[in-house]
Amino acid sequence: MNTFWRTFKVAAWLGWEMDSNWTEPWLFIVYSVVKPVAGAFILVLMYTVFALIGNRADPAAFSYMYVGNSFFIFVGSVLFGTFQVIQSDREWYQTIRYVYMAPISYYVYIVGRAASKVVVAAFAVLITLVFGIIFLDVQIHMALADVPLFLVSTALGLAVRLASGIFLGGGSFLTAKHTHGLAEGIPGLFYVFCGVLFPLSVLPVWGQAIGQAIPLTYWFDITRRLLAPTIGVDSTLVGYDNLAILLLLLVSSIAFFGLSLLIFKAGEYFARKAGKIDMTTSY
Amino acid sequence: MKPATVRRTDLRYRIGLNLRAVVGRSYPRIVGANREPSWIFFEALLPLLGIAAYVFIYQAFGTRAIAAILGSSSTAPWGMCGQIPCTDAAQQAAYLAMAKANTNALIASVVLGGTMVAFWLNVLWSMASQLYWEKEIGNLQLYMMAPMNRMALLGGMAVGGMVMTSMRAVSTLIAGIFVFGVLFQVADPLLLLAVFFAALVALYGLGMMFASLYLLWGREAWNLSALMEEPIFFSSGFYFPVGGLFRVPGWGPIVAIVGSFVPATFGLDALRQLTLSTTAFGGKLWIFDVKTELYILVFMAVLFLILARYSLAYLETLAKREGKLTSRHQ
Repeated sequence: MNTFWRTFKVAAWLGWEMDSNWTEPWLFIVYSVVKPVAGAFILVLMYTVFALIGNRADPAAFSYMYVGNSFFIFVGSVLFGTFQVIQSDREWYQTIRYVYMAPISYYVYIVGRAASKVVVAAFAVLITLVFGIIFLDVQIHMALADVPLFLVSTALGLAVRLASGIFLGGGSFLTAKHTHGLAEGIPGLFYVFCGVLFPLSVLPVWGQAIGQAIPLTYWFDITRRLLAPTIGVDSTLVGYDNLAILLLLLVSSIAFFGLSLLIFKAGEYFARKAGKIDMTTSY
Repeated sequence: MKPATVRRTDLRYRIGLNLRAVVGRSYPRIVGANREPSWIFFEALLPLLGIAAYVFIYQAFGTRAIAAILGSSSTAPWGMCGQIPCTDAAQQAAYLAMAKANTNALIASVVLGGTMVAFWLNVLWSMASQLYWEKEIGNLQLYMMAPMNRMALLGGMAVGGMVMTSMRAVSTLIAGIFVFGVLFQVADPLLLLAVFFAALVALYGLGMMFASLYLLWGREAWNLSALMEEPIFFSSGFYFPVGGLFRVPGWGPIVAIVGSFVPATFGLDALRQLTLSTTAFGGKLWIFDVKTELYILVFMAVLFLILARYSLAYLETLAKREGKLTSRHQ
């Protein structure tokens, strides 16, 4: 256990240095904020244009979308923060062979490397939400009594995301330099099917079924219920109460952890067998 | 003069050498990449999901708008036409048709934006960052020793990148038409092709210019590329008509003008006018007419290629003088 903790600590420190020491702290803060805020502004303008040409404002739909998008920052960062570790160490820094040979758990090392991205993402989510409340009139009214529930659901959601990231990392042992395709595509999967920006009812029936099978759908829903209970857009998950969703998140985080271990080990095994652990893609 | 020197200064030989360099550098992107077919799934098909999300947003807005128009209540028996009740069935029908047309036009805007996103990301990650990447993996010194013009090397990267990215761009268009049912009305295909290729040359010219600047910026380059994703998607109107920014009072026009330095802004605006008709969105959300935008794109293409030539020469000299051309991780 001591080795795991030490690996996590050192990997988290390394991740933080790699993420932030390329520039001055103030520029790093600006950089960390500009990207997610610009992402939110794409949605703001999409809504503005629709409202402008249709002469119809829809603040409830806007708040639904804005809150979902703010918390989606976590998904993109945590997923990218985990699976890119293998590809960046392998292709960019070409240090994977040394880290991999070290007497540490490579799984824990990846989780540690992702930790700095989780912290930065939390900061970006906070900034995006505060910006929305102050300047865009986003409807957020969280009751004090709901704070513990919110914290528990956030922790469980984080566990699911980390496990999903490692799951992908296991796959990326075997693929070429596809970091960008994965970084764009996998969060895209959650963006479409998890009711992040629009209710699941907009999707075709098969799409709704996929969405309901992904635990993050429930995480987004409970987060929105707790933070913005007054927006009144039917998320199509009204049949589930908060405790049922928490239980579901708990079970799925355990299941995803087991699955991520399995896929990670399988990816590792096949990569070693094919001699791909330290391959580079040069095109 | 030695025979080798005479040969090197011969124009035909130099053109042939540089053309071979273009083919040689584009080869690994076009042919080599296909030896790893997984890229088609990861780089061309998977990113379609992100585009789909933006399409569904407009569909969700459209569905709610249509429900409001069709909804009947005691105060609004003919539904809502905007923020006020419709006066009669004719007004309700007109609003309904407008809502459907606007939703289709906005989804089409997203599909075209998604096509351009593919090229912009390729410019950022496979053009602008490429020389820095080559330095990191040790190829740059080989390129610098080779006798061809460095612009031929960048040209080869651009040609290879365009061909490789076309797969994703075409997938996005096909998905837009067949999966999301987008209707395009192309009135002038020749002008459409001219705008598209002018925008591509200008974009890749910008990428070639960035490639040498990134060598100067070193490790910041990676983060700079990451920073030029969402903010550029926003300021250049990849997912909405950029004219919408001009309608936002205060900061909107400033952001739009800054975004206009990226050729994709005018490229997309012109492509949308040519495929959705200039009357889409009530004709209120376009920047200039198509021909003006084409001239601007041609000007940008020439300007960026010239700047790329000079910045490459400058950076090469600077890097050689400081002896940092091949030092990694700086």
